Amino acid sequence: MNEIYVDNNATTQVSPEVLEEMLPYFNEFYGNPSSMHTFGGKVEHKITEARARIASLLGASPEEIIFTSCGTESDSTAIRSVILSNPDKKHILTSRVEHPAVKNLYEYLSKNGYRVTFVPVDRKGRLDLDYLYENLSDDTALISIMWANNESGVIFPIEEISKVVREKGIVFHTDAVQAVGKFPIDLKAIDIDMLSLSGHKLHGPKGVGALYVRRGTKYTPFMIGGHQEKGRRGGTENVASIIGLGKACELAAAYLSDNNNQVKQLRDKLENEILKRVPNTIINGDRNHRLPNTTSIAFEYVEGESILLMMDEFGICASSGSACTSGSLEPSHVLRAMGVPFTAAHGSVRFSLSKYNTEEEIDFIIEKLPPIIERLRELSPFWKKIK
Amino acid sequence: MWEYTNKVKDHFLNPRNVGVIEDADGIGEVGSLACGDALTLYVKLDENERIKDAKFQTFGCASAIASSSALTEMLKGLTLEEAEKITNENIADFLGGLPKEKMHCSVMGRDALEKAISNYRGEAEKKIEGEIVCECFGITDLEIERAVRENALKTIEDVTHYVKAGGGCESCHEKIQEIIDTSLGKERPAKKKVIRLTNIQKIKLIEETLEREIKPALKKDGGDIELVDVDGNNVLVKLQGTCATCSASQITLKHYVESKLRELVAPELLVEEVQS
Repeated sequence: MNEIYVDNNATTQVSPEVLEEMLPYFNEFYGNPSSMHTFGGKVEHKITEARARIASLLGASPEEIIFTSCGTESDSTAIRSVILSNPDKKHILTSRVEHPAVKNLYEYLSKNGYRVTFVPVDRKGRLDLDYLYENLSDDTALISIMWANNESGVIFPIEEISKVVREKGIVFHTDAVQAVGKFPIDLKAIDIDMLSLSGHKLHGPKGVGALYVRRGTKYTPFMIGGHQEKGRRGGTENVASIIGLGKACELAAAYLSDNNNQVKQLRDKLENEILKRVPNTIINGDRNHRLPNTTSIAFEYVEGESILLMMDEFGICASSGSACTSGSLEPSHVLRAMGVPFTAAHGSVRFSLSKYNTEEEIDFIIEKLPPIIERLRELSPFWKKIK
Repeated sequence: MWEYTNKVKDHFLNPRNVGVIEDADGIGEVGSLACGDALTLYVKLDENERIKDAKFQTFGCASAIASSSALTEMLKGLTLEEAEKITNENIADFLGGLPKEKMHCSVMGRDALEKAISNYRGEAEKKIEGEIVCECFGITDLEIERAVRENALKTIEDVTHYVKAGGGCESCHEKIQEIIDTSLGKERPAKKKVIRLTNIQKIKLIEETLEREIKPALKKDGGDIELVDVDGNNVLVKLQGTCATCSASQITLKHYVESKLRELVAPELLVEEVQS
């Protein structure tokens, strides 16, 4: 059975070009980039090249890029750095729908001496900007707002927020793990101090990420050790993965400059056909400001894990905001923050596409999914009651 | 991904006895949309009060559907007395086991069965007995006690897996722990008495704690700490060795030194660094 992989906000396939570029750096050019000999120096050149490729995708300078081990490390490094560099300020702000990499660190800090504000979102997953601005004060050290939400796909107005934050002299970090590679980003034009990204969300390898730190931003390292990354992140570089991330960014830049709409067209087709064929179905999130690859569809009166496992029988790989899939008992914090009613939250399924999805695959999902929902609704004691 | 047995998968993908019995003798309804799973069980008896037919409708995850399907298969041909003896463990065993996070699905089956039998016997819908402990899922102390007793549960996590209690806002965790402790026959340790220390006692205790607990830990990383003064609740210290130059020393000071002193001496203490 062939997999139909539509779970690209969870992770993506490593592009063949990326893998090819990485392979020699495992056992052929395995030198340490810190070494004095030419053998190590060759590796250092490739890391320099990777750094430039990432910088170019973001509109940044190469020296503003620090390599890390993942998106979570980038987030942790950024947030802890701001706190340690601004010891007099005790207030930090974020949204209620952040990835656990930010959310759980904020919750930890709220128990360790920090006043924390979580900005709510509305029914469509849009940030309450008035609430955000009203809660800023002289004591605010940091704002961390994700650029795009991993579950709903909603894109936040980062540029607009950055202007207000800049005036107040507050450090602005954005977790752009879901954004980078999905739409163009130009940090020359937008005033952000720190930005996190992750390799495996844009067809690079797992286990590598990067943190952008704008020149002039106060910085305190998280991993303290050797002189790697100019002392900003100790530890021998994950060479092959860094090179892979660089290549993935180069490919993403080329892809974005093509203005290729295929992913969005397929996503829209999937969404519209499902809405047409399956009654009592709702799209979670603001359809006008959304990642082009993501749709979160709520099927009322059925449960998400059951949908996923039945799709799994056809090789369709998606994910769900339902409680039962995570081992927790409540639906995802994102859907709850959005106020998605329980009748729909438990039956929410996220499809996230990539450039590797084909129209045949999307047609296959459109064919197989409606009968699955129908079958589960026939099983459900609530369905007959509302019909 | 859940480790479901083949039998769970089979009963999920090919559920037996789905539907409604229009002239059912007993109906049991449990769960709700908000909770994420719900089951309606229908039983039909023959003239000897033997279960002739059982059907179900379930909203929920794979293991909820499989547990319901399994239950209906187990019920057919049993007398009511035999059916009453079915436990949630029996349902899980019939399926070759369930992941522990999913045991509440088997409990839901057992609850629906009890309700269907009461319904047949014309017993009034049982009032919710006991006191609600878990507000999020509406679970009472008696339900938790029963689950703890019947399944020999030992932790709050276990209780959540079996009856969902404590799986939401978590504010009832203390009460659940009390129920577990009572059931295990454990005495709850009396709440620590708040002892007011005199200044001299406080300084002495701070010194002792630094020597015994904190210095050895810092020394492992080549650091050290010296007590300079105690001014009310402010503990003034000087960091030495590698701590003095380490950029993470403020974290050490607040998250380690201060929390240790708060834990072992007095909760209102504040630790401050004096620059040399």
